[in-house]
Amino acid sequence: MKPTIALTINGIQRSVETELGETLLEVLRREGMKSVKLGCDTGDCGACAVLLDGSAVNSCMVLAVAADGKDVDTVEGLEHDGHLHPMQQAMVDAGAVQCGFCTPGILVSGIDLLSHNPDPTEDEVKEALGGNLCRCTGYVKQVDAILATARLQAGETDA
Amino acid sequence: MPDRTLPRFEVVGHSETKVDAYALVTGKPVFVEDSDIAGSLHIAFLTSPHPHARIVEIDTSRAEALPGVVLILTHENTPTRRYTTAGQGYPEPSPYDARMFDSRVRFVGDRVAAVAAETLEIARAAVRLIDVRYEMLPAVLSIDAALAVGAPVIHDEDDATGIHDAARNTVSVVKVDVGDIEAGFAGSATVVETVCETQYAQHAPIEPHVVQGYLDNDGRLVLVSSTQVPFHARRIVSMVLDLPLYRVRVIKPRIGGGFGVKQEILLEDVVGLVTMRTGRPSLAVLSRPEEFYASRTRHPMRVRVKLGAGDDGVLHSVDMEVISNTGAYGSHALTVMSNVGSKTLPLYNKAPNVRFDGKTVYTNMPVGGAYRGYGATQGYFALETAMDELAGELGMDPVELRRRNHIQVGETSPIFEAIGEGKAGVEQTVKSCELEQCIDIGAERIGWDAKRGARRRDGSWAHGVGMSIHMQGSGIADVDMAAATIKMNDDGSFNLLIGATDLGTGSDTILGQIAAEVLGVPLVKIVVYSSDTDMTPFDTGAYASSTTYVSGNAVRLAAEQVRDQILEVASAMLDEEAASLRIGSERVTVATGESVTLEDVGLRALYATDQVQIGATASYVGAESPPPFLASFAEVAVDTETGQVKIIEYVAVADCGVPINPAAAEGQVEGAVANGIGYALTEEMLISDHGRVRNPTFFDYKIPAAPDLPRIQAILVDSYEPTGPMGAKSIAEIGINAPMPTIANAIYDAVGVRLRTTPFTPERVLDALEGIQQNG
Ligand code: FES
Ligand code: FES
Repeated sequence: MKPTIALTINGIQRSVETELGETLLEVLRREGMKSVKLGCDTGDCGACAVLLDGSAVNSCMVLAVAADGKDVDTVEGLEHDGHLHPMQQAMVDAGAVQCGFCTPGILVSGIDLLSHNPDPTEDEVKEALGGNLCRCTGYVKQVDAILATARLQAGETDA
Repeated sequence: MPDRTLPRFEVVGHSETKVDAYALVTGKPVFVEDSDIAGSLHIAFLTSPHPHARIVEIDTSRAEALPGVVLILTHENTPTRRYTTAGQGYPEPSPYDARMFDSRVRFVGDRVAAVAAETLEIARAAVRLIDVRYEMLPAVLSIDAALAVGAPVIHDEDDATGIHDAARNTVSVVKVDVGDIEAGFAGSATVVETVCETQYAQHAPIEPHVVQGYLDNDGRLVLVSSTQVPFHARRIVSMVLDLPLYRVRVIKPRIGGGFGVKQEILLEDVVGLVTMRTGRPSLAVLSRPEEFYASRTRHPMRVRVKLGAGDDGVLHSVDMEVISNTGAYGSHALTVMSNVGSKTLPLYNKAPNVRFDGKTVYTNMPVGGAYRGYGATQGYFALETAMDELAGELGMDPVELRRRNHIQVGETSPIFEAIGEGKAGVEQTVKSCELEQCIDIGAERIGWDAKRGARRRDGSWAHGVGMSIHMQGSGIADVDMAAATIKMNDDGSFNLLIGATDLGTGSDTILGQIAAEVLGVPLVKIVVYSSDTDMTPFDTGAYASSTTYVSGNAVRLAAEQVRDQILEVASAMLDEEAASLRIGSERVTVATGESVTLEDVGLRALYATDQVQIGATASYVGAESPPPFLASFAEVAVDTETGQVKIIEYVAVADCGVPINPAAAEGQVEGAVANGIGYALTEEMLISDHGRVRNPTFFDYKIPAAPDLPRIQAILVDSYEPTGPMGAKSIAEIGINAPMPTIANAIYDAVGVRLRTTPFTPERVLDALEGIQQNG
């Protein structure tokens, strides 16, 4: 019998049938979350990163059944009322998106970072992206975009 | 600064938002694997575990019996025509030495069989059930072994073509001799000679190769592919599968990076055949390990450079000898090796005597291919190492030595004409070169004068600075062709249809900017559609740094024709001579101020008077290939206890003419430098004694992550290339050539050892340091 698990994906509860031994990555892509990318299948590139109960994980390394009952957030859920999440906008504005294949994973790591460290240093941002490989950008503009998001969000809280 | 005013642009020269940025940043399903085509078969490959063997027997019966297996392809049931997987212009300068599936395997990873099944799991399980009996053949596992007398012959088949000397494992040879090289050395005050050996490296795009095939409603084969060369892919698939070209359509959607490895036809043929035979959609994706051992790599090389100069540092003779290892197949074998010389030697055109002696050999090792930098990367490591050594021998500042020797505006080099890509090159005079500015800015930023030779220590860390200079090209002159079609819509917007291939580089955006500039509209009014062999005009594809220059000029020409047609219509509307009209701000305006909008023009042309579709197609072939230039500077710290090398600061200053989109151009330099730093310090495919890649994962093959890199400073200087579209030249490749020599020279400045074998791992650095202590 195929195990059925309960997942709350981007705020919407779903009951999802899984194959034995299937990863969370496979389930999420089958459920239409195509922002979750397969870059290595060994936990080394971060292209498949999602927020699991609010923390960034590589979904290729999580068995689907282990996510049963949990909240999963992907880049598909970032827009609100037709507006990009500020970090998405910052990536666009900074010119940080080249091929864009790594971008969802980078956003997940960046959002995870700012959720527990709202005012990171440049080195802390680079450290937080340590598990996300990007072959196109050299990370300069991605780091800038995350720092810009932190400044923007700090401004909003001060106001 | 150059003493001229650069033209002012409205759209060009601005960091416009990439046309695909919103789709990418919101994770829209825009990549090949995102399409979820119902009923698609999944394809898995059986590859050779042996470096060189004959397939005596292949038994697929157990695999076929597995429920869910639909088709198995082997050398026994597939086309046997030889071809090259290199996606180059026709006729390709690479030999026809490969078959879809062969009865002989020539490297660990060579294709033996493909299984198409209902799921990937079933396909993979079936692969394990295929029984193959091999007869081992002696393997050739190094350049020296390939060239040894009596070496096993890797391509002795009689149907291969285009191999220079198959019996000696020699794929290609290029020899050029200008002036009198030995007399030049004899007349030199100082002569240095250096031999550098570079490693196997892989492109590692985060998205691996992936192709989805299906039949359209008319039974035509459609291949949605992560390719850099859709038109070459169509031609090669049609040839290999013996399908009429008009029955094949190749579409490139968004792709997750290419860097040259997707200039190769690796999956399209198999997906095409599975779909044609079964009538069903099929999907093939390389796994990450397959991407490493079964796709393509940067050719490892041995490059010897000998330089002779007078007391004043001016070069008398430059001698370069190259042996390139192409592995089991000759993909890009001739052209990459040619570029080792053609993209480097013209930089130092003061030397009247130049010799280039290049050859490419077969081995039973992973296959070389196109990789950003394309031979120039390996060539510059040796050349710029030798220049640094020469500066040392002369007691001259390495910066000064470069200044005295590099090419300038109005100058040429005999090498431009002597070495082409499979045929003679094209004579050209450099029309833009701001290398002096690049060197000035870079030296100032890094603090060259204060830091060079200072030998600053910080505990066990020794600091040093190094530099190098570079040129590349902009397309292959007289070979690459690009075309663009523009048509006008009712509302004054335009469709831009281009064969050019955006790999994430931003070319859809910059080509849109060029059209917008000429047509006097904002970028949003240009709807860009690219890389679909049914819908867009031809383009050779994204390689050789051609897109901005070659495709960009085609877009400019098409836009100029469309503009003239618009002025014609507006002239009738305004009752004014077309010559007195101006286009801009989405209007056509008369000197008096009277105007019509482009919407008025569009509506009239399509619906009202003298009805006509305003539109044009234009083509462009470069008569020359203007080089971009780059000066690169780094400060490194070397841990004298562990041999670890850290990059403290990296500055790359580039002359790419007018950057059409500065943020995108900077991004190209930043990304290329990052890749080059990985190539210099950590990236190396380790090959076992049995020819197997020992580290085919991102865990064991280390590409730079954010914490491994300094903040790369990419600076673009003011420059204008008169033959470029809006003054632009290329930028995408040049940056990758710089880190290896720059870092090697900085290590020398820090600790006084020369590293000539790559990458500069802690072990190699320590070995070199110990060598000094022993000798000293
Ligand atoms: S695909 Fe999960 S980390 Fe690479
Ligand atoms: S933008 Fe291409 S991998 Fe990061």
